[in-house]
Amino acid sequence: MSNIDWSTVFEWSTLLKCFIVGGLICVIGQILIDKTKLTSARILVTFVTAGVILGGLGIYKYLVDFAGAGATVPLTGFGYNLAKGAIEGVKTSGFLGAFTGGIKNAAGGIAAAIFFGYIASLIAKPKMKKQ
Amino acid sequence: MEKIGKQTIKFTNLPTIVDTASIVGPKEAEGPLAKYFDKCLEDEFWGEKSWEKAESKILKETVYSVIKKSTLPISSIDYCFAGDLLNQCISSSFGLRDSNIPFIGIFGACSTFVEGLGLGSIFIDGNAANNVICAASSHFCSAEKQFRFPLELGNQRPQSSQWTVTGAGAAILSSSGTGPFITHFTPGRIIDMGIKDANNMGAAMAPAALDTLITHLTDTGRKPSYYDAIITGDLGHVGKEILIELAKTKGYNIKSNYNDCGVLIFDKNKQDTHAGGSGCACCGTVFSGYLFNMLQSKKYKKILLIATGALMNSTSTQQGESIPGIAHAVSIEI
Amino acid sequence: MQPIETTKKYQEYVDKKSPNSPILKNCFNAFWVGGLICTIGQIIMQICKARGLDEATSGTIVSIILIALSAFLTSLNIFNKIGKFAGAGSLVPITGFANSIVAPSIEYKSEGYVMGVGSKMFTIAGPVLVFGISSSIIVGIFYLIFNAQGIILS
Repeated sequence: MSNIDWSTVFEWSTLLKCFIVGGLICVIGQILIDKTKLTSARILVTFVTAGVILGGLGIYKYLVDFAGAGATVPLTGFGYNLAKGAIEGVKTSGFLGAFTGGIKNAAGGIAAAIFFGYIASLIAKPKMKKQ
Repeated sequence: MEKIGKQTIKFTNLPTIVDTASIVGPKEAEGPLAKYFDKCLEDEFWGEKSWEKAESKILKETVYSVIKKSTLPISSIDYCFAGDLLNQCISSSFGLRDSNIPFIGIFGACSTFVEGLGLGSIFIDGNAANNVICAASSHFCSAEKQFRFPLELGNQRPQSSQWTVTGAGAAILSSSGTGPFITHFTPGRIIDMGIKDANNMGAAMAPAALDTLITHLTDTGRKPSYYDAIITGDLGHVGKEILIELAKTKGYNIKSNYNDCGVLIFDKNKQDTHAGGSGCACCGTVFSGYLFNMLQSKKYKKILLIATGALMNSTSTQQGESIPGIAHAVSIEI
Repeated sequence: MQPIETTKKYQEYVDKKSPNSPILKNCFNAFWVGGLICTIGQIIMQICKARGLDEATSGTIVSIILIALSAFLTSLNIFNKIGKFAGAGSLVPITGFANSIVAPSIEYKSEGYVMGVGSKMFTIAGPVLVFGISSSIIVGIFYLIFNAQGIILS
């Protein structure tokens, strides 16, 4: 780790942009929760689909360039990643790529969530919610 | 017994409530009524492997506890009326499968406890039984799992949502005894005012409570002031306010002697339960613990217990159906 | 107040009577928790890049680490407390997606590993994959039709 330049890792302007954009995307979600009574599953679906559409239209890319993880960590970023993969897939392998590209790009996240979910079920026990 | 008015049964050989028992979970034990319950659990599993098994055990132990308190031999119990919220009422049937007491499973959602008291009273007044048990249970964790979300999910509960009471209440009714007596039973109609929000059960059930309240008062020719206390099952803070206002529009002022089990069982500010308690055990434990104590100590001489239920399940909610409400009332006097 | 007879009037009355969520407080909490989670992601990303990894690989590593963290906190019964406090702040980032898979896995353990864990794992996150993947395929097909006439179908 000694060869890492920590000043580029903790570059404050990048982190600030990421913090603000990521926070604002979550605020949109919070307003949806409080104003529309949508369940959390519907909120997640809305964000992923919005990310796919904005990604497909080429709009979301600008947000990713500007805010980095502030745009890729929210679920809209997951959707963007799927759309980007599908388009890249089409570019490299045509029609088939529309089917393989999206998941290929998001494979790490999906596989990790399933794997850790299974591991968690082996070690953890259901617990009471206190509040 | 005879039917009076539109839908009220007036008993003649008055059934006595011989004794009651209640077991509650840790959260209820932190609430304002803790000292009235027979047993407070330290954890929601109670040594079992699943929430469902825990709920069965709570119901079973409550039933055995009320038999023990009454000093009646178990063989003298003619029937047991019991119900809960889990699919096909498994908490009651699994809890009582080794008891050898003839079992009549009932479902009235959260109104089950009073439905049981009413049906048990009819059996006793009609000489079909000498002693019956009426019981009902619910469990926060099994109810969340079945109706809402897994407990580990990091979601926010809306302000109007209610907290399912963990516990069970049971009462033994008998043909002989010195009271308190069940004098009337008013089974309710199903009332649906079109509320679809499963996080606002109090609002969905309040019109049913109003209908049963007014029908009971009309059928018996009584005024709200006849009762020392009118207590609803689990309307919670939102439903309670709505019922008071709705009753006022119909010319009944119940503000001074009305309260709700869901409001009584938790301390809203300290316990963060939002709109109050709900579930079969809400009315079951508050009656078996607190209200029965009030009757025995003669602080209350006449009460009207109106248990409310929301007759829906998760499928009907997903299909966009509105929530039909029901309320059953029993009048209890010493 | 007049007696309420119609369901429409009752709905309006109930909406007025029901307590509202403290939306300003919720939004503030969602903002800083959500922002913080994204910032942690950005720091991980920068470290990966500083070590010479490309953009896509770094992004995948960020997702996997945040998902692992969320799974860990869910197992310890801590994530639901964060979720209650932060609302969308912990739901909307990839941590919320991970939580929605891990939570039912733990909860339905009592129904066995195949029909409990294996099948109920997707009760909340399943729709995310269904709609996310389906719409990305549609995006790919649209791209093929409008922008890539030169490419031969394979």
